[in-house]
Amino acid sequence: MADRPFRAATATTRMNPVQRFSAAVGIDTHLLGMVGILAGLWITFDVLTDGIFLSPRNLFNLALQASMVGILATGMTLVIVARHIDLSVGSLLGFIGMFGAIVQVDLLSVGAWYTWIVTCLLMLALGALIGAFQGWWVAYRGVPAFVVTLGGLLIFRNGAWQLSEGKTISPLDETYRLIGGGIEGTIGEFWSWVTGAIAIAGITWLSLRTRKKRQRYGFPVKPLAVEWALIAVWIGLVVAFVQTMNTYYRPRTDIPSGIPIPFLILLLVALGMTVVAKSTKFGRYVYAIGGRPESAELAGVDVKRITFFIFVVMGTLSALGAIVITARLNAAASVTGTMTELNVIAAAVIGGVSLTGGTGAVFGAVLGAVFIQSLENGMILLGIPTPTQRIVVGAVLIVAVWVDVVYQRRR
Amino acid sequence: MAVSPPLVEMRNMFKHFGGVHALEDVSIELASGEVLGILGHNGAGKSTLIKILAGAERADAGEIRIRGRPVTIDNPRDAKALGIETIYQTLALAENLDAPANVFLGRELTAQSGLLDEEAMEHETGTVLNRLGLQIASLRETVMNLSGGQRQAIAISRAVYFNARILIMDEPTAALGPEETAKVAELVHRLKGEGLGILLISHDIHDVFDLSDRLAVLKNGRLVGVCSTSDVTKDDVLAMIILGKPPPGNRPRDTGAPGEPVPGAMSGGRLREP
Repeated sequence: MADRPFRAATATTRMNPVQRFSAAVGIDTHLLGMVGILAGLWITFDVLTDGIFLSPRNLFNLALQASMVGILATGMTLVIVARHIDLSVGSLLGFIGMFGAIVQVDLLSVGAWYTWIVTCLLMLALGALIGAFQGWWVAYRGVPAFVVTLGGLLIFRNGAWQLSEGKTISPLDETYRLIGGGIEGTIGEFWSWVTGAIAIAGITWLSLRTRKKRQRYGFPVKPLAVEWALIAVWIGLVVAFVQTMNTYYRPRTDIPSGIPIPFLILLLVALGMTVVAKSTKFGRYVYAIGGRPESAELAGVDVKRITFFIFVVMGTLSALGAIVITARLNAAASVTGTMTELNVIAAAVIGGVSLTGGTGAVFGAVLGAVFIQSLENGMILLGIPTPTQRIVVGAVLIVAVWVDVVYQRRR
Repeated sequence: MAVSPPLVEMRNMFKHFGGVHALEDVSIELASGEVLGILGHNGAGKSTLIKILAGAERADAGEIRIRGRPVTIDNPRDAKALGIETIYQTLALAENLDAPANVFLGRELTAQSGLLDEEAMEHETGTVLNRLGLQIASLRETVMNLSGGQRQAIAISRAVYFNARILIMDEPTAALGPEETAKVAELVHRLKGEGLGILLISHDIHDVFDLSDRLAVLKNGRLVGVCSTSDVTKDDVLAMIILGKPPPGNRPRDTGAPGEPVPGAMSGGRLREP
C-alpha cells in the first residue's frame, strides 16, 4: 500500500486494516465481510455436523438449492437498487411454472425433441410480458411497486390455481427435467473442467486487460503482485468448486456428477446481470435512479422507461426460476414458489443491496442466496424443526439490515 | 434588435401550480456571448422560468425560440439536444456514483462492444476538470464523499463537456466559499468569451451584478423589468426586486406606471416556488 498509493485510498491514514486490505484488492468491504461471515457459517456447520456440511454431496445439494433463489436475487438487486420492490416473484414461479407444465403436457407432446425448448421460450416470453405489465403500472401509471406487485402476488398465485383448477401437473418432459438438476441434470466431469477452464481464462484476461487499459491512460493500478494474487485466489476457488462437484458421484455409480445445470444457469445469469449492472447504460441508469430519481431525470435519464425495463428483466428471470423449480420438482403445483419472494428479498438484502436504493451488487445478492440456503441446509442437517429455521432466518434478516444501516451511516 | 435572431427567446410564458400563478406573461431574451442575470425573491418565479427552459417543467402557455426557431421542450433530454445545459442549485448529482459517472450520466461513452468505457470517461473527466481549472483528488470516489466545491466542479463539468450553447446556472455560488466563488466568476467570463449565452439565477444581487451584462427582475411571477447592468446602480435593482419598481427610463408593458402598486404585490399571499 505504501509504495504505490492509488486514488481511492487518499484517506489511508484513517482506515482500519480491513478497509486498507479491501482498498488494496479493490473489493468492497461489505462484500468482503459477507464472504467472511459465509466462511464462518460453513465452518461452524461443518464442525457441528461432523464434516457432513462440507462434504461434496452436501455442497452439491447446496449448489442445487441455491440456484433458483440466486437467479431471482440477481433481478431483485436491480429492482431494489432502483428503490422498488417485487413481491410477486413467488407467485410468478407458480403461475409461469403451471403455464409451462400445461404447454408441455397438454399442448405439445411430452418426449418430443422440441418440447423443452418451445416450452422454455414460451415461459420466458410470458415472464417478460407479466414483467412488462407490472412495470407499466409502476413506471407509467405511478402506482407504487409495493402495491402493484402485492396485487401481482394475489393475481398470479390464484391465477396459477385457476389455470389447472388446483391440480398438480406431473410428470414433465424428460429433457426439460434436466434443467432442474437431479441425477442426470449435470454436465459431467469433462464439461465441468471445460467450464472451469473458460472461467479461469476469462478472469485472467479481464483482469489483465483492465489493468493494461488503465495503464494506457496513465491511471494508477494495483501492484502487479496483488493483481496476480487475486487472480490466483479466483483460480483456486474455481478449481476447488469444480473438483468438489466432480467428487460427488451419481448415486450407485462411480460417475462424477459435475456441475448441476441449474447452478450453471445461475453462474451465467450472475455473470450476465453483473455486466448489465456495471457495464451497460441501462445498469448505470438503474443505479443513478436509485441514488436520486429526480437527479437522474434532470440528467436526461428516461426514468420511466428504465423502471419499465427493470420489471421486464425481473419477470423474465422469474420465468427462468419457474423453469428451474418445476424441472427440479418434476411437477407444477399452484402453490409452487409460495413465500419465495421473501427468500429472494432476504438474499438481496443480506448480500448488501440497500433498501434505501442506489447500492448493492449482483454478486453480493448471489452470495446472499448462498448464505440463506446454507443456513437452511445446515439447520436441516442439524435436525432443527422448520418453524425454528424460519425464526432464525427472520432474525438474521433483521441483523443483516441493521449491519447495513450502521455501514451506510459510517461512510 | 440584432440582425440575427437572439439565441434564446422566451415569449409570454405562463405557468400556474394549482391556484398559484408562478409565471404570468414573462418574456426574456438572451444573446450569444451574453450573461443575463435573473433576479427576484424566493417565489418570484425565477426557478420556474429556467426549469421550463431546461425541460424540468412544462409551461402552460408561451413560446420558446432558439436562434429564431420555435422549439418544444418536453423533458431534460429535449433541452440538452438543443444545447441547453443547466447547473441546478441542488446540483442534481447521483450521490452514489463517482465523478465520471455523473459527468457522463445520460450520455455515456461506450466502447466498440457497446459496453461502458469507464477508462475513457475517467480520462475525459480529468481533462475537462483541468480545462476548467477545477480539481478533484479522487475521481473514483462516490460523490457523497466529496466537498461542496468538488460537487460543483462535477456539475459544471457535466454542463460544459457536451458543448453547451446555452448555460443556465441556478444560484451557482450560493453554497461556495470566496475562493470557489471567484473560480465560478472566472469560468463565467471564459464561457462567455467562447460565445455561450448564460442565464444566472440568484436571489442575491451581489452574486450576479458584476457578472451580468443585463438583469431581468421578477416579482410575484411577473417581469418587473430588464435593464443593462451599466445603466443602473445596485440600489436601482434592489428597488426593482423589493418594491417591484420598473428600472429607470424603462417601463415594461405589464407593470403599472412608476409609483403605482404592482398587481402581484397586492395579492398579499406569499408565492412559492415548487
